[in-house]
Amino acid sequence: MDYDLIVPYIPNLRRYARALVGDRDGADDLVQDTLERAVRKFHLWRPGDLRAWLFSIMHNVFVNQLKARRIPSDVEVDETFAAPMSSVGPLDLQDLQRALSTLAPEQREVVLLVALEDMSYADVSRALGIPMGTVMSRLSRGRERLRKVMNAEGPRAGLKVVT
Amino acid sequence: MSEQDDAQLKALLKKHFDPVATEPIPARMYLRRPPWIGYAKAAMLVAVGIAIGLAIPYFRPAGVPVAAAQPAATFPMRAARAHLVYAPEVRHPVEVDATQQEHLVKWLSKRLALELKVPLLTGEGFELLGGRLLPGPEGPVAQFMYQDSAGKRLTLYVSKPNRADQPAAFRYAQEGPVSVFYWIDRDCGYALSGELDRPTLTRVATAVYRQLEP
Repeated sequence: MDYDLIVPYIPNLRRYARALVGDRDGADDLVQDTLERAVRKFHLWRPGDLRAWLFSIMHNVFVNQLKARRIPSDVEVDETFAAPMSSVGPLDLQDLQRALSTLAPEQREVVLLVALEDMSYADVSRALGIPMGTVMSRLSRGRERLRKVMNAEGPRAGLKVVT
Repeated sequence: MSEQDDAQLKALLKKHFDPVATEPIPARMYLRRPPWIGYAKAAMLVAVGIAIGLAIPYFRPAGVPVAAAQPAATFPMRAARAHLVYAPEVRHPVEVDATQQEHLVKWLSKRLALELKVPLLTGEGFELLGGRLLPGPEGPVAQFMYQDSAGKRLTLYVSKPNRADQPAAFRYAQEGPVSVFYWIDRDCGYALSGELDRPTLTRVATAVYRQLEP
């Protein structure tokens, strides 16, 4: 049965969605919608990389959700981000999520697929439906921005990324 | 930026998000059984309903006149009519709009004495506009309205089934210009209406069905 093939990927989808969306409920909704669409469209899957296929579905659902909330996904986030990092000390999850939220969604997707899923450029290119060159540029810009945001608060243990 | 930086960043992200992968998976994510199980269940309800219907005359005491059957509007007919009345409303399509979704659901659930759920259809391209309370032949009825980016509207009509309503599996009906997908189980009847082509409505109705019938 198709759904049994998909189940093993739920943890991967949830981990990625949590980092992508930020809050737990929103992320699980994204996963849920993705699973529903995957089951519905399963006949369109041609045996191959099921993981990349599932992430491509999640990408489409995510983009639709952004549209529904009328958040333009192609607008660069302002360089100055409003909320300052809260705690002093090692970077916590909230700080990291806040830093991630300053990335443009399409940069966040690439950075997270590579970091959390160990995807190759080719995998990411397939999952997001963008050329390899775009994958690379979004990845390097996204990483750079993330480092900049995290380092902006000054040197803190566990946060400062040494260059 | 060096490869070492990239590796550090990756390690940081993994450290914070890997635990999500080992969290217990919410039960709702396991509930996505193939729709035919739901259809089969509903089909059985229909069969039982028909069997009971056929058996009733045998239990009726002889000589008691049966009240003349009134051609009551069927469930999908009522849903389609409600759709035709409210969907074209420009200024007042709903009583309570989606910004007060929590209140809307609480209020309608209380009035219908049912625990209502509002399906999320953003994945299908439809956004919730809100809902309203309507009178039905045997009590209150809820209507939720959705709209897509082109302004096309869908309504979801929810009520307790009437005595005359047979349980129904996932069924399609055409009432004038309105297409309706509906299903009725013991506790609740749902009808999704829209002036949409059948494949589109099927797609959305399937999503609604999946979300409402675990």
